[in-house]
Amino acid sequence: MGLKTFVMGGVHPPEQKISAAEAILTLPLPKTITVPVSQHLGSPAAVLVKRGDLVKTGQLLAKATGFISANIHSPATGKVAKIDVVMDQSGYKRTSVIIETTDDEWMEDIDTSSDLLREVTLSKKEIIDRIHNMGVVGLGGATFPVYVKMMVPEGKKAELLLINGVECEPYLTSDHRLMIERSDELMVGITILMRALVVEKAIIGIENNKPDAIEKLSALCQKYPGISVQALKVKYPQGGEKQLIKAVTGREVPSGKLPIEVGCVVDNVGTAVALYEAVQKNKPLIERIVTITGKAAKRPGNYLVRMGTPIRALIEAAGGLPENLGKVVGGGPMMGKALMDVEAPIVKGSSGVLLMTDEEAHRVAVRNCIRCARCTTVCPMGLEPYLLAQLVTHENWDKAEDNRIMDCIECGSCHYTCPSGRPLLDYIRLGKTKVGTIIRTRGKK
Amino acid sequence: MIYAVISLSAIGVAAAVILYFVAQKFKVIEDPRIDAVEELVPGANCGGCGYAGCRAFAEAVVNAGNMDGFNCPVGGNETMKAVARILGLEAEEKEPLVAVLRCSGSYAHAPKKANYEGASTCAFAHGLFSGESGCPYGCLGLADCVDSCAFDAMYMDPKTGLPVVIDDNCVACGACVKACPRNIFELRPKGKKERRIYVSCVNEEKGVHARKNCAVACIGCGACVKVCPFDAITMENNLAYIDPEKCKLCRKCAPVCPTNAILEINFPPRKERPEKAKDDAPKDPDPAPMPPQQPDMSQVH
Repeated sequence: MGLKTFVMGGVHPPEQKISAAEAILTLPLPKTITVPVSQHLGSPAAVLVKRGDLVKTGQLLAKATGFISANIHSPATGKVAKIDVVMDQSGYKRTSVIIETTDDEWMEDIDTSSDLLREVTLSKKEIIDRIHNMGVVGLGGATFPVYVKMMVPEGKKAELLLINGVECEPYLTSDHRLMIERSDELMVGITILMRALVVEKAIIGIENNKPDAIEKLSALCQKYPGISVQALKVKYPQGGEKQLIKAVTGREVPSGKLPIEVGCVVDNVGTAVALYEAVQKNKPLIERIVTITGKAAKRPGNYLVRMGTPIRALIEAAGGLPENLGKVVGGGPMMGKALMDVEAPIVKGSSGVLLMTDEEAHRVAVRNCIRCARCTTVCPMGLEPYLLAQLVTHENWDKAEDNRIMDCIECGSCHYTCPSGRPLLDYIRLGKTKVGTIIRTRGKK
Repeated sequence: MIYAVISLSAIGVAAAVILYFVAQKFKVIEDPRIDAVEELVPGANCGGCGYAGCRAFAEAVVNAGNMDGFNCPVGGNETMKAVARILGLEAEEKEPLVAVLRCSGSYAHAPKKANYEGASTCAFAHGLFSGESGCPYGCLGLADCVDSCAFDAMYMDPKTGLPVVIDDNCVACGACVKACPRNIFELRPKGKKERRIYVSCVNEEKGVHARKNCAVACIGCGACVKVCPFDAITMENNLAYIDPEKCKLCRKCAPVCPTNAILEINFPPRKERPEKAKDDAPKDPDPAPMPPQQPDMSQVH
């Protein structure tokens, strides 16, 4: 019997996990750190410090504003040099706190020891409050504030927790290394999540190209009741939460609905470890594991990086900028975004930095659509990308909405597979913003 | 044969009679002036008046019974006067407008820092990043405005990467204003002898950031505000704006701008003058300090 996977669509790009065997190294603190106040989905946090303030590692720098927002903590000890707008990975300038680092003195209430604390003593509400205060967001890439996910809406019940260790993006290995090197913390993190969500069962979904992680976590599952590991066939975009739910449980999230509709909550493995640190060690989310990789990278590797570290520092650690560099991508090759500036800081959502050579970095010339329907075949959401792109170019927003443009998860499989090199996803993204605005204004009326 | 002719003729006559009565019964009584107005307007269906097309405009203006707020920018004052005559009304004189690109971020002034290879539309690029030059307000150079122009009044200049408005073709329909995701275009009065002064920048960043990406960005220094004798220049969000209603085209602001962000269009070349611009205005062969609106009207007549 074949391994489980999601049914509809999907592609299998070359895996290229060249940094999979590299152990996680700690990147030294840079001299200046740039902490954007908007590192998460939702409204930017409000800055609490001012120029000249001395801050300690783990101190609250900016407070969440509104329901969907997250606290931002200082990733280092030092002086606030200025609060300014700085180009971040989004390609736009955003408000950031710039800190000149002097030292690494943690706040007193943070447990910096490496002991594993297995016993979870806090109640459900305390756990959620703690997660909110520590600014934990989903580390899979969407950076959705985790505490919001944990508050199951009235009338719905979570029965299954899915832990996303799929890492379906080619090249990236940060989750893979995390599962191997921090497996105990991961397990406790999952236990905390189960407790907060009041679920009995948790399944860790891991793609079959990480046998060492599957083996290690499967062995650990004996010690932690309710948790099991599910190996999955390698297929992109299995890490999308809807695809993961389909792959593991066979359930399908209805169009426009959240996973809770089918009783599932999905969290990334990185999130679970961050959650363990927040709840058990009182440690805010100020560092994460980032893969630096790519054909142009001299020494691909996995690094534990403080938020706000310029990407340049990471590239230098990996051997510096190569001569044949074509593009620096924040994230993986499928969903990542080319960077404007290597000074842009690492933020909560940065899972990797990809250095592409000049030969592979450029898009092919756009040719006409030949109606081969490959994009329709690979779309994991069952959409018709060629049609959506065409509707968007004709600004036919009503029809685009009827054809479920808002269901697109922006995985890029359509663009990847298009033999004519058409930028299908670009148009669909544009359409999603337009249709999203139309839907929101309609809701207000 | 004969039967066929007779029966067909009979059917024809019967149908004609029925149709005649039906037509009388369901007659749509339409103001004949609508057709007359539609005849007058240019028929470009550009939407510059704010209505779905020329017919919709004609219906609206006839039904409204007054001329307030109705203006066909393509036809201009002549057309509006003719429309007003049909309706027995008085048309207000409107100054002819022209689309003005408020960005000078050419390749030379705002060098490329990145190469964009995505979908060739400004609307998408605007959502994706701040632009090849890094300026989050400036022209993206992907020609959404040129595509939107129905009057062949625009083209992309390959040397600068910026769109160019052909003033003679521009009818100020406002399609480019709507098409630009960064709101760079503005409809400004054509001005006497097509002379215009405007701030060619929409960057609201602080001066130091604006300047980093573009040599000719408005840095919000306020020098032009101080020098303007007519209070025509306002400074908001680190950006100067010249109010065309108040501006008397005295040309005092442009030389004081440290970044040359203020553009003077169609003026004779400035004479070398070491002294202050005090006596410049009277000496100028074209009497600049004249109120711009009155003479413009006479020009139209």
